[in-house]
Amino acid sequence: MANIPVTPLLAMIRKDLQLFFSDRRSVIVSFVVPIAIGAFFGSIFSGPGDNAEPARIAIAVIDQDGSAISKAIVTGLQSDRNLKVATPAEAEARDAVKRGRTAVGVIIPKNFGDAAGKAFFGGGAKPDVNLVYDPSRNTELAMVRGIMTQHIMDAVSREMFGGAMGKQYVEKSLPEIESSKMPAEQKAVLLQLLRSVQGVYNQPAGAGGRPQGVTMPYAVHEEAMTAGSNVAYNGYAHSFAGMGIQFLLFAMANLGVEMLLERQRGLWRRLRSAPVSRFTLLTGKAASGSIISFLILTVCFAFAMIVFKVRIQGSVVGFLGVAIACSIMASSFGLLVAALGNSPATARGITTLAVLMMVMLGGAWVPTFVFPAWLQQFTLIVPVRWAVDGLDATTWRGVGLAGALAPIGVLLAFAAAFGALAASRFKWEEA
Amino acid sequence: MLTINHLRKSYGPLVAVDDVSFSVERGQLVGLLGPNGAGKTTTVSMVAGLVTPDTGDVLVGGAALRGDTDPKKRQIGLVPQDLALYDELSARANLRFFGALYDLSGAALDKAIAAALELVGLADRERDLVKTFSGGMKRRLNLAAGLLHDPDILLLDEPTVGVDPQSRNAIFDNLEELKRRGKALLYTTHYMEEVERLADRIVVIDHGGVIADDTLSGLLNGDGSRSALEAETRPRTLEAVFLTLTGRSLRD
Ligand SMILES: Nc1ncnc2c1ncn2[C@@H]1O[C@H](COP(=O)(O)OP(=O)(O)OP(=O)(O)O)[C@@H](O)[C@H]1O
Ligand SMILES: [Mg+2]
Repeated sequence: MANIPVTPLLAMIRKDLQLFFSDRRSVIVSFVVPIAIGAFFGSIFSGPGDNAEPARIAIAVIDQDGSAISKAIVTGLQSDRNLKVATPAEAEARDAVKRGRTAVGVIIPKNFGDAAGKAFFGGGAKPDVNLVYDPSRNTELAMVRGIMTQHIMDAVSREMFGGAMGKQYVEKSLPEIESSKMPAEQKAVLLQLLRSVQGVYNQPAGAGGRPQGVTMPYAVHEEAMTAGSNVAYNGYAHSFAGMGIQFLLFAMANLGVEMLLERQRGLWRRLRSAPVSRFTLLTGKAASGSIISFLILTVCFAFAMIVFKVRIQGSVVGFLGVAIACSIMASSFGLLVAALGNSPATARGITTLAVLMMVMLGGAWVPTFVFPAWLQQFTLIVPVRWAVDGLDATTWRGVGLAGALAPIGVLLAFAAAFGALAASRFKWEEA
Repeated sequence: MLTINHLRKSYGPLVAVDDVSFSVERGQLVGLLGPNGAGKTTTVSMVAGLVTPDTGDVLVGGAALRGDTDPKKRQIGLVPQDLALYDELSARANLRFFGALYDLSGAALDKAIAAALELVGLADRERDLVKTFSGGMKRRLNLAAGLLHDPDILLLDEPTVGVDPQSRNAIFDNLEELKRRGKALLYTTHYMEEVERLADRIVVIDHGGVIADDTLSGLLNGDGSRSALEAETRPRTLEAVFLTLTGRSLRD
């Protein structure tokens, strides 16, 4: 490698770029399609933007009880900012859930308030609240369950510590407890509790207003941990990274297939008859592939930055490093396709599948944090995972250069491995 | 100029080329004939450095060719059997790329492209995409691409397949001009009349081995090595000689 053959190398790169840009379809697939799909996924997964309302969960509440408690629960749910509450008839609610228009139907059965009041102080069976839900919306079901717990506790305790029902209940319970066969010590404690509750009721009204009941002993302040305290998570950052990577991999798989076509058409015979080393031939391909990949990724990101306000919140150098390492990895993947492939048609089919698997497991479609834990571990063997994580880190997570070093290193290691395997398996004899 | 010394190449049990030796001098065109699968392309590929021989040497100007980057490869130009061109690029872009592989650039490259296009009569079409060319034009461009770096030795593997008589004659004129310029040409073909017209010497190979190496008149008139029977039914055309030498059974 004493003197690098500059002229042949530059000519190879120039030729591959000319060929790439002369194929209108490949240009559209590489530049327009990832932007379109990235925008689509971004709009789905984007967090609350500047003025975007969080999406409310549609639920239906059917109050078959009509007690003070059940009415308070309905009011509580209606005032919750996470919910969009409708109050249809039961049959209508069940139908809406079945059709997917409503995530969860909450049915408060007859006598719920009464039974809940009794159960609150430990006497009597706990009443049911019936939930009907759309099985495809388990996450929303879990959220509704949590939100509902809060409002039911609120309503029941408020009633029991201040409402007419509570007062009645206490007055009725005191003699019952006194005559019960409860152990003496426990009886004394319970009586003392109820008498002091009675004391609350008998206070003159107006002094401190209505008692509050049991409330949640905390309020939640949510702060998304991203680049800066006032920078919103931008779902487009992830989706454009993912789609950019997917389509640059497609472009590189295609580059490999094109090499097989070059061989089939005898072009590789011409290349090999020139006094150019095997190393130079592969390096030329790797270089042009890396340039094309880098262009696809940067055009994709530039679009996201201009149109969707995606920002490189972390290290710009780290971002470029990850992008370049990812491009080199992808182009050496293209060489591998050329080395291992036989006929262009079968190679195209197999590599399309391989790319789809890689981007799916690498978290280019949906972020890997939604994967089960074992899969999150497993996907570390997929180079795309490192590319996506590296780009996420340097864009919306706002991580500095140090955070980009591991992805860069791993991607370059993959590139070296792919390149070495390609070089060793490449069919050099042009019979 | 080009000497082929005991070349041998086998693919598994199949011996594709078996101890082939001959040479091509400056200003000479040697016709390489043989039935399908005789080993012509394999021989040419070994000369061009595309296939490594199992044994034997290719000597260029007396020195053996060694390795991919041997500078002596510059003295060899290959015109492959396939139309090895990029359809999506212009004629000029194709030639610029192939020339650059031989380290040509700048004014030297421009001059070489102009000369090669001039020779094959495509100068006025240099900006057009190759995919708009006719079969004959592509053949001529295929030839031009092998000539760019002004090699001393030209390897032509069936350069006239699918070409009309006009283009064929144009190519023959080109080859005769190259001979006059002192190039050594190794020419593979299945068309006997091409060899009759162009070749100074004819090498016939079959089953990987050389079975004749003579001038046209030497082959037509036979020589002492022939049996009395063959001498009696002495063939008068090269095709008849060829069939006598290689037999009439189908190959491949
Ligand atoms: N890569 C290869 N692997 C296995 N066998 C091969 C390979 N290349 C050539 N052969 C065999 O070697 C023999 C010689 O082939 P070659 O292409 O040199 O013949 P040819 O004289 O050029 O034939 P044609 O006139 O059909 O072009 C044939 O039997 C062919 O099948
Ligand atoms: Mg052949």
